[in-house]
Formats: sequence, structure tokens, C-alpha cells
Amino acid sequence: MPVQNRLTQLLQSPRANLLTLYFTAGFPQLPDTLPVLEALAQHGADIIEIGMPFSDPIADGPTIQQSNQRALENGMNIARLFEQLADFRQRVPDTPVLLMGYLNPVLQFGLERFCAQAAALGIDGLILPDLPMREYQTRYRGLLAQHQLSHIFLITPETSADRIRTIDAESEGFIYAVSSSSTTGKTQGLASEQIAYFERLQKMQLKNPFLVGFGISEAAGFRQVCQYARGGIIGSAFIRALEGPGAIAEKVKAFMDPIKG
Amino acid sequence: MNSTNLSPATYQVDEHGYYGQFGGAFIPEMLHPNIEELRSRYLEIIYAPEFQEELQVLLRDFVGRPTPLYFARRLSELYNAQIYLKREDLCHTGAHKVNNTVGQILLARRLGKQKIIAETGAGQHGVATATVCALMGMECIVYMGEHDIKRQRPNVERMKMLGATVVPATSGSKTLKDATNEAMRHWINHPQETHYIIGSVVGPHPYPDMVARFHAVISQEIKSQLREKTGRENPDYVLACVGGGSNAMGAFYHFLDQSEVQLIGAEAGGMGVNTGKSAATTQLGKAGILHGSKTLLMQTEDGQVVEPYSISAGLDYPGIGPAHAHLFASGRARFYDITDEEAMRAGLLLSRTEGIIPAIETAHAFAVLPKIDFKTEEVVVVNLSGRGDKDLDTYIAYPY
Repeated sequence: MPVQNRLTQLLQSPRANLLTLYFTAGFPQLPDTLPVLEALAQHGADIIEIGMPFSDPIADGPTIQQSNQRALENGMNIARLFEQLADFRQRVPDTPVLLMGYLNPVLQFGLERFCAQAAALGIDGLILPDLPMREYQTRYRGLLAQHQLSHIFLITPETSADRIRTIDAESEGFIYAVSSSSTTGKTQGLASEQIAYFERLQKMQLKNPFLVGFGISEAAGFRQVCQYARGGIIGSAFIRALEGPGAIAEKVKAFMDPIKG
Repeated sequence: MNSTNLSPATYQVDEHGYYGQFGGAFIPEMLHPNIEELRSRYLEIIYAPEFQEELQVLLRDFVGRPTPLYFARRLSELYNAQIYLKREDLCHTGAHKVNNTVGQILLARRLGKQKIIAETGAGQHGVATATVCALMGMECIVYMGEHDIKRQRPNVERMKMLGATVVPATSGSKTLKDATNEAMRHWINHPQETHYIIGSVVGPHPYPDMVARFHAVISQEIKSQLREKTGRENPDYVLACVGGGSNAMGAFYHFLDQSEVQLIGAEAGGMGVNTGKSAATTQLGKAGILHGSKTLLMQTEDGQVVEPYSISAGLDYPGIGPAHAHLFASGRARFYDITDEEAMRAGLLLSRTEGIIPAIETAHAFAVLPKIDFKTEEVVVVNLSGRGDKDLDTYIAYPY
């Protein structure tokens, strides 16, 4: 039985230009998780990724490393995040929400307990970038499906066509297309090889749409990737916006408005 | 391919990259092409006859192998056993680390890579990497914790003199773990032209197995040298210090399936296992994932990696190679935690009884000797993994 949740429903709809925002739970301050989440939904985020902080985020650049560090210093952990999210579906009823993070904290929390609690709260999917495909197939797939959780896999310009096919077959939601081989937070425009990569993906006629992430920081970059992809993902630039002065709701609005146009 | 003939079976990595429940390749997709290329090609490359020929010439003429197996007469009298020292400290660059870097740089060339990155704790692996890069005319970047740069100054200067760029890792505890994070990030950002020479039996599969194979020459030589000296090729004990565990894995490798050989690892107890200032992973760790493999890991209940502590920069790591985690969990190897003070005294003692100043890392292995009740006729091999020149400042300043 295919996974059914807010994410798969959104992706089955004809909506395009899907704007996805990543932020780190418990950042800049511990109680900011829910206010950021609510403000994002209110100001037009189509999908929201909540980052679960980890001490050693090897795929992340300095901005998200520092937000992880700050969140941990603030006392964030999975149990506290789940407390903060206790009734978030009353405030954010429809926007698909994903949890993103490295595997170790999830394993220590307990994989089954994690999936059960996340699903009960109204989480729609997980992004676990260091989860190997074989582990997913042997231990995770059934559990996630049981809780109607999507798993989002990453691909890069170097991912082989065969592997993309495997990932497409295993995905229930979207494919997270990393724009270039890099850690997060490197801002750059689209080079010709990236456009060729997106066009290659388009031609593959995958069953899942792809969203482009890494290196998108503002409206122009977002609109550019939306010419090729179902949407784009912004992380580091939004984290930097949250660090500035002002109330959370205002900072989120000021960041989102130009992108939503 | 004759790799299967060379390796014992039981404690070896399985087809999926695991040692029992430990190991694997928990890497983000950005590293997948590089790791997959390595995994699919490393055995075929390493065991090709022309590779072996080039490697053996370099090990003999450049590294200085075989290293001696030295009967330590005064130490043997002191501890009432037949104690032999495997003199990896006499390898070119002053430690065993070069066995692996020579092998990996030959591999990197066959993979068509032009640039080399490495992480280093004590600086021994950094020096060994900078050395082979100079030898092959390849660009070299070494990540090193800012804290370690300060306490291992001589090795930093050596790396620079050899032409390497030393980049300080300024995150976390500014030690080996953080240097490894930075090296992995560099690799993610420059995957195509770069090979990452990991310095220990850690990281995603196939690194733990590959690095173990390059260091297996240590136990291979011990066997033949012991046969020459004593008429038997298996000692009763092999002792080695364990941070990530590369020298220990090299010293254990050909004895893994010889159950009569007791394998002993010495971990850095720091100020004491229960002081919160320790790096004794088998005592303090539980199964977790760091730097691409599932292994014993010092971590909080929340799964955040704990900053370890040791007086020795090379043992200051919160994990342990997955093969060692399996040896520990299966009971095949025993691990002792050695405090800073025990290690420093053991280093001083070795200097005064045998005229050998060991690296502080290595001194941890010698501190195990008084903790075991040997029989006079028992043969004990201690892997003397590195020399102590880099540690003179610490030795001199220490209040014994």
C-alpha cells in the first residue's frame, strides 16, 4: 500500500513552484521551533523541514553547523522537540512537515519509538542523509510505511542513472536533488552543468518529482530552479535571516515575501 | 586475486562492510560515488602484481621495512616475561602510519586522483601523508584540530616543510574528531579530483578494511621474526594502544584467528574513566554512528558525540574502529584503560630501561605490562607504534 500523507497529497496535486524551507529546531532560541514553523506556514511555505541538531553534521557548511551547535547548547533534543510539537497540527493543519537529521540521535532515541511518536504528532516524512540504502531497505522501509512516513532520498549530479532509478523506486514523496557536490550553504547561481543535470532528471520520467536544494538563497535562485524542478529548498539563507534582530514572525515574513512574490 | 589467501576469515569484514553488528557505510549521498568507487576497486587494485611490486619496494627502501622485532631484556626482567618490541617507531617518519599512506597514495594514483586530503590528531598521520605526497608530487591538505596544532607543534612544522597545507579545525573540541569532520566536508566539496587518506581503521567501509590490510604487514613480520628468534610464530600476547586502532589492527591482523594469542588494546583513560575526562571508548561508549560507520561511540543519551580527553592527541577520539568494536563485543580482544599518569610514567620507564622514548600514544600500551600477571616463559609482543620526539615538550612539562 502506498504511503498517504500531507506530502504525498500535495505532490499528487498539480501545484508547482513548491517552496520548501529548512530550519533547525531550537534555534535561535529553544522555544522558537513552533513560532518559526507557524510563521513559515502562514507566509507561504509549501513544505517545511525541521532540522534535528547533531554534534557532527558532516554534510553541512558553517551556517547550519553553527545553528546545530546553538540549538544543542540551548538544550534541544528529540524528546524536547516532540514536546514542542505536541499540538502543532492545530496551528499548522495542512503544510507537510518533515524531520531532517543525522541518524545517530534517532537511533539513540529508538527508531520505532521515533517513527511512532513522529507519526502521532502529524509528521509526514523523514530525511536522514546518512541512512544507507541497504539499511533503509532492510530495516526502515516497513516501519516508515507502517506509520505513513515518507522517506526523502538525496541525489547529486554524480549519482548514477541506475542509482537514481533505485532511489525513485524506493521514494514516496519527492527526490531531493542536491544542486552540486557540496556541503550546505554554498551560494551560487546555476551553471550549465547543473542545468544539464536537471534536464537529465526531467528526461528520466521519474515517478517522483524532484526538488532542488543546496545553494538556493533567494527569489531569483528559487525561480530559476523551478523552471526545471517541482520546487526548491532553502536552508542556510533562512537560518541566517533568523539570526538577525527582530521578532520571529517579522523575520520570517521579511524573508518569505520576496520569494513568494 | 589472492586476497582471500592472505586474510584470516572469522573477524574479517563481511560482504556488506560489517564486522558483526559494527561497520557499514553511513555516508551522505555526496560521498557515495567516491566510496562506491573505492569499495568496488580497492581489492583488485591492491592485489594487482604491479601494485604489490611498487608497494613492496617503497616499504623496503623508503619506509625501512621490515622493522626490527627487538628482545627487550631489561623490560623482560622487570615484568618477568619474554617481551619483544615491534619497532614501528623506526619506520620513516617515526610511526606506523606511513604503512597506510604509502599504500593509499599508490591507490589514489591508480584512481586518477590529483589531490590528497587527510585528518590528523598527533600529527603522525599528517606527516606520513605529507611525506608520501611530497614523494609523489601531489598536492596535500591536512586538517588538524586547533588544539592539537598547539600541542604537536613539531609535526605541524614538519608537514609544512614537506609542502603540505595544514588547515586548523576550529569546531567542537578542536581535536581529531573535528579534523575528521572538516576533511569529510572538504571531500564532499571536491569529490572528483581528491582522495581522502583516512589515517585509522575508521570511517565508512571499505576504509577500515583497507587501512587494516595496509598495516597487516606488522603482524606478518612479527610472525616470521618470532619464528626466527624463538622457533614459534605465535606470541602469547600482543599489546597495542588503540585510538581509532590502526596500529593495533596491524599488530593483531594475522593473529585474529589464532585464539591462543591474547590480543590486548590500551585505551586512553585520560584523567580516569569516571572523571568525564577520558577517551576510553570501550568502557564509555555504546553503539552509534560517526564518520560513516556504526561503532562504539562516546555519546550522550541524546546521541550527541561527547568530546573525549586524553593527554595524547593521537588517542583523543570518541570512537574506535568498527573491527575493534567487534573484537571487544565478541570478547576476542581485551581492552585496558590507561590514565595519563600511567602512560607518562610508562613512557619515562621505557626511556630509562631500554633507551627508547616512545610516543605518548604508544606509552599507553607499555602501561598495560604491570597489569598482567605473566608467566616467565610467555612471549609478549608490544607494538612500539611511534617514537616520542614530537612529545618532548609534554614529557618535560609533566609533573611525574
